[in-house]
Amino acid sequence: MTNLVNTLGIMLYATLIYMTPLLYASLGSCFSEVSGVINIGIEGMMTAGAFTGTVVAYFTGNPWIGFLCGGLAGAFFGMLHAIATVNLGADQTIAGTAINMLGPGIVIMIAKVMFNSTDTIPLEASMKIPRLFRGVFDTSTVFGRFMDNVFANYAATYLVFIAALVVWFVFYKTRFGLRLRACGEHPQACETLGIDVLKMRFACVCISGFLSGLGGAFVTMAISNQFRPISIVGQGFIAIAAVIFGKFRPHGALLGCLLFGFCSGLKVVLGGSSGIDMQLISMIPYVVTVIVLVLFVGKSRVPSANGRPFVRAK
Amino acid sequence: MSKKKGFLEFVAGNRFIHILLSILLGFLVGAIFLAIMGLSVGEAYGRLITSVTSLKGFSYVIVYSIPYIVVGLSVAFSFKTGVFNIGAEGQFVMGSMAAAVVGILAGGLPKIVLIPLCFLAAMLAGAIWGVIVGFLKTKWGINEVLSMIMFNWVAFYLSNFIAGIPAIHSDGTAEATKNISDNASTLLSKDLINSLGLCPTANWGILVAIAVTVLVWFIIEKTTLGYELKAVGSNKFAAEYGGINVNRSILTALAISGALAGLGGSLQLMGMGSRISVFSSQEGFGFAGIVVALIGCSNPFGVLIAGIFYGALTFGGSKLNLVGAPTQLINVIVGTVVFFIAISIIFQRLRYIRKPAKPKAPAPDKKANGKEAAEK
Repeated sequence: MTNLVNTLGIMLYATLIYMTPLLYASLGSCFSEVSGVINIGIEGMMTAGAFTGTVVAYFTGNPWIGFLCGGLAGAFFGMLHAIATVNLGADQTIAGTAINMLGPGIVIMIAKVMFNSTDTIPLEASMKIPRLFRGVFDTSTVFGRFMDNVFANYAATYLVFIAALVVWFVFYKTRFGLRLRACGEHPQACETLGIDVLKMRFACVCISGFLSGLGGAFVTMAISNQFRPISIVGQGFIAIAAVIFGKFRPHGALLGCLLFGFCSGLKVVLGGSSGIDMQLISMIPYVVTVIVLVLFVGKSRVPSANGRPFVRAK
Repeated sequence: MSKKKGFLEFVAGNRFIHILLSILLGFLVGAIFLAIMGLSVGEAYGRLITSVTSLKGFSYVIVYSIPYIVVGLSVAFSFKTGVFNIGAEGQFVMGSMAAAVVGILAGGLPKIVLIPLCFLAAMLAGAIWGVIVGFLKTKWGINEVLSMIMFNWVAFYLSNFIAGIPAIHSDGTAEATKNISDNASTLLSKDLINSLGLCPTANWGILVAIAVTVLVWFIIEKTTLGYELKAVGSNKFAAEYGGINVNRSILTALAISGALAGLGGSLQLMGMGSRISVFSSQEGFGFAGIVVALIGCSNPFGVLIAGIFYGALTFGGSKLNLVGAPTQLINVIVGTVVFFIAISIIFQRLRYIRKPAKPKAPAPDKKANGKEAAEK
């Protein structure tokens, strides 16, 4: 029993740690995709955020300024993507691919110049994103340890759940959200009703960059304490997958990230104790995602105008 | 004046020129970064050029470009047929692992049998990896981008798992597979390499790559199959109305695209690697293939040239360290090139530069775009 509770605690901890950056990026991806712009550049935006967040935190000593700047760096690349796809009508896949090369390319080059290495200098504990409720729980008892594992978590993890709630509210309970969804379904109709589709999409792609940047910054400022070129390896794409999994809805994306995080947690627990080959265990999150899709989720409807540049009729 | 306008119109209307301009701008942005870092632009680019223009350097470029070309063709083929093969990475990994397994376990077979067998195994593995995704899409409507992203990682771990099986794993301490049999290697003979002064990994895989380029062009442009696949790619409802079996077409397209990516994996293994290491992160050949396909405008011959260009940049870029410039500069240059290719509409607008009399010069352009959007 003691063991079980312990294991469960570790697993939930791992779930939360894995899902937080994914959820930030997924929420970002929702904004972009639902407004009608495919954003495959999430990965590059996350890398930019990961680097900027760590560097700013390192020089200012303040994790929150770093975290915010990580978001802004992501938003900068989001803006590049927006200029290309929204204003210039570029092919969205091509532009996103470019962002995926430019983001890591530029920041790793800057790292090389600043630190004479592709890695940044590790952050001290005070510069990392703080953990809330640390020391509140009595870790000498089994229950206390469980609570410590699950609830004494990074502040940004609490924040991402609030963010998910806010995004859901914005999407479904505000005028902005209604317009945003309409832009992705039928931009021509929006335009006839006086909604500036280009402005809406521009804003949404920038927001998606901002949130992805936050996700990236979480990886290097909480999970790890330094930026390395392999800090962001595929999380951006997993985040996109989570959005498709969630049928392009923020609450669906939350479930997708939760499932993925949970399977990754399972991987951590099984990897330590069972005799199964680690490589096979590592497949679990990916295989389970596909199985769950086939069994329970099924077809995901892409917003009608997703991927199509909007050109204003004269 | 009229001559100049003619020139601008020529530039504005020519896709090939747009790509050349994008490449120039890519190098320009790279130069700006070099200048900001206080490095000599001439020295860095000079090193880039000299390292790829010597005979030995160029043979390296060709060797580097082989997998890029073939994976680029895989992605280009998928673009033409309306699927975005973001799963080329996984198909590549499966292909190279299949070739490795055959090349190790059936190492006793003579070269003439073993090499085709390796290619075949690799293409089969890649095709299966593509078809699974296609099956998920046609049978259950699972979005192919999602399942491809997942299957890339499954392939990654599966390859690592297979590399750990005792019959396959290296006898030494290396975290890798055994070396494939010499009979499965596409390397040129040592004497030939030495007498010509080529790089030590010079191999004839490039001939396969060129042959595949022609074959892909032939399939897309000259066969009924290619016509059907393209029809499904441009409008699947119209294609279905025209009597084409859309689901079967999607499966075929993914099988061919997957087979190509798998073949790319085997060419890389049999020419350059000769064994597969246990990966710590994805190697990015699939991603490179996407970039190459985009630079090559999804045209098979364009992809061939783009693949060599990408090979030259990767190899030349690895020499940038010698002049103190970071290797990552190459990613910035290529990223910029791809970015400008994405927004090549700005080059089309050059057409309107010399018309100061009309204040609303871009109007006809927008109209043209409106038509495009309407067509879509």
